[in-house]
Amino acid sequence: MSEAILDVENLNKSFGALRVTDDVSLQVMPGELHAIIGPNGAGKTTLLHQVSGLLASDGGTVRFGGEDITGLPMHARVHRGIARTFQITSILPGFTALENVALAVQGRSGSSFRFFGIASREQALNDEAASLLDLVGLAARADLGAGTLSHGEKRALEIAIALATKPRLLLLDEPLAGMGHEESNKVIEILRSLKGRYAIVLIEHDMDAVFALADRVTVLSYGRVIASGDPAVVRSSPEVRAAYLGDEAA
Amino acid sequence: MSDLVSSASTSDVPATPRLRGTVALLVPAAIFLAFALAPLLVHAGLDPFYLSIVVRIMIFAIAAVSLDLILGFGGLVSFGHAAFLGIGAYAVGILASHGAGDAFLQLPVALFASAVFAFLTGWISLRTKGVHFIMITLAFAQMAYFMMTSLSAYGGDDGMTLWTRSTVAGSKVLGDTTAFYYACLGALILSYAICRCLVVSRFGRVLRGAKENAVRMEAIGFDPFRFRLVAYVVSGMICGLAGFLLANHTEYVSPAYMAWQRSGELLIMVILGGLGTLHGAIIGATAFLFLEEWLAGFTEHWRIVFGPLLVLVAIFMERGILGAVTRRRR
Ligand SMILES: Nc1ncnc2c1ncn2[C@@H]1O[C@H](COP(=O)(O)OP(=O)(O)OP(=O)(O)O)[C@@H](O)[C@H]1O
Ligand SMILES: [Mg+2]
Repeated sequence: MSEAILDVENLNKSFGALRVTDDVSLQVMPGELHAIIGPNGAGKTTLLHQVSGLLASDGGTVRFGGEDITGLPMHARVHRGIARTFQITSILPGFTALENVALAVQGRSGSSFRFFGIASREQALNDEAASLLDLVGLAARADLGAGTLSHGEKRALEIAIALATKPRLLLLDEPLAGMGHEESNKVIEILRSLKGRYAIVLIEHDMDAVFALADRVTVLSYGRVIASGDPAVVRSSPEVRAAYLGDEAA
Repeated sequence: MSDLVSSASTSDVPATPRLRGTVALLVPAAIFLAFALAPLLVHAGLDPFYLSIVVRIMIFAIAAVSLDLILGFGGLVSFGHAAFLGIGAYAVGILASHGAGDAFLQLPVALFASAVFAFLTGWISLRTKGVHFIMITLAFAQMAYFMMTSLSAYGGDDGMTLWTRSTVAGSKVLGDTTAFYYACLGALILSYAICRCLVVSRFGRVLRGAKENAVRMEAIGFDPFRFRLVAYVVSGMICGLAGFLLANHTEYVSPAYMAWQRSGELLIMVILGGLGTLHGAIIGATAFLFLEEWLAGFTEHWRIVFGPLLVLVAIFMERGILGAVTRRRR
């Protein structure tokens, strides 16, 4: 078995008296799609914030590619190869779809402390951005203001932005949230095309999608890992059914 | 404006810079042409006193443009920008009082001192957000203000009178009204060009991105703090240039240049003209100073009228004067 690309050990986080991440450990292998599920408020998003560096942890370590990155801020982790999307779509609404992606390309191609030249006309940045938009099916929307895109298109744009940083690990927080059936199928297709090429942590409430895509599933409840492993095994675990899947089936 | 964008969506350049399109070129060109031609009106019989007002407008326009760089493009509401006016002005006054009256020394000192002040205060204040940033920039400017009021060696409260304008490599060229007028215009155009160049550059794109969504920028690998700090230093230096010119224009330096009211006026100019356009700041400075002059001509209680007028502008012209004039929205 190869080395885990992401290795989270005994991670903790409290908001006041509320323990939101409670001694969480998990690994993600290169190319693995690792789904994290759990009821609302289980602490999934908080865990993703800690892994991406948006939130500092109270204790524990995060290792990425063998390096301890626990103390690094989010922007430094991006340069190590961690990219993420947000549960609540986070884009630059006043920029075009193309520029949203081109900025992410710019972030890893040369210095951004360049004070001359028109950034939006840098062909190399735009070409790469355009091919990523194409990948997520937004080629025709490239020059529209990102804020004017539909909800589903914004989610897809966010994935393209994340990919533009050339990550080795993708953290996706409910990419299907708030989508209709059709839109949701499109994004599932995108995820399927990414599977195997990136290590992916996928938080998702859509169980059909999770069990169709995941190589491994970890279940969080009240900030604790209550089960982790093969999707089929996790699915049939009585503890998991009680905590989560049970009320889903009802 | 959005029609313009979508109908042209097949071509190569993304919409953000083009959004302002031709307006971005024509409006500033017209403004600078008007400033360039204004002295001719004196030959046509206009009271030269008005030219002095225009010089004042151009100087404050430089300060307003510099503020728009961080406010309109960086989202940084600095309530202490007048500090840089004072620093630039005191560089002239203090050096002159020690016999160093040449611009070739004074101007670099003014710019350097502004940069240092911006770097140190920015390093601290840019770690805060929103109201805290407003308060902390105000606090730093007030510190500079009180420091100068207490420095009796340099005039303290009363300020200091300059006996002559700065020389340029020994020449008294700035003493000539017309030469000084065009020097100020040149400085305004240069400041505008620098800011315009910055905002469309790679650097400026990150700055604008961080204004819209700082977390998103961090999530693609940028540290907004560093970009904001550089913008803050550049902005402070440009405003320091305005201070250098202001001291030469009035031939007087006073702590009042950095009083919080001045900082407030700079904010009003930028907002009045229209945020995030740069030329809007010039229009705002012009409108503000003309209104002030005009209302003061009617009554000594002009402020009673001025205040409510600004409130009305804020309510009815959300995007400033420029926004109201160029509105083509659906
Ligand atoms: N900044 C915060 N301050 C205080 N409490 C917080 C904060 N962020 C999250 N919480 C709390 O922590 C708990 C976990 O929140 P989190 O968003 O991580 O859950 P989640 O598993 O992502 O839920 P969902 O499925 O609804 O997205 C919740 O009880 C939430 O109210
Ligand atoms: Mg969540």
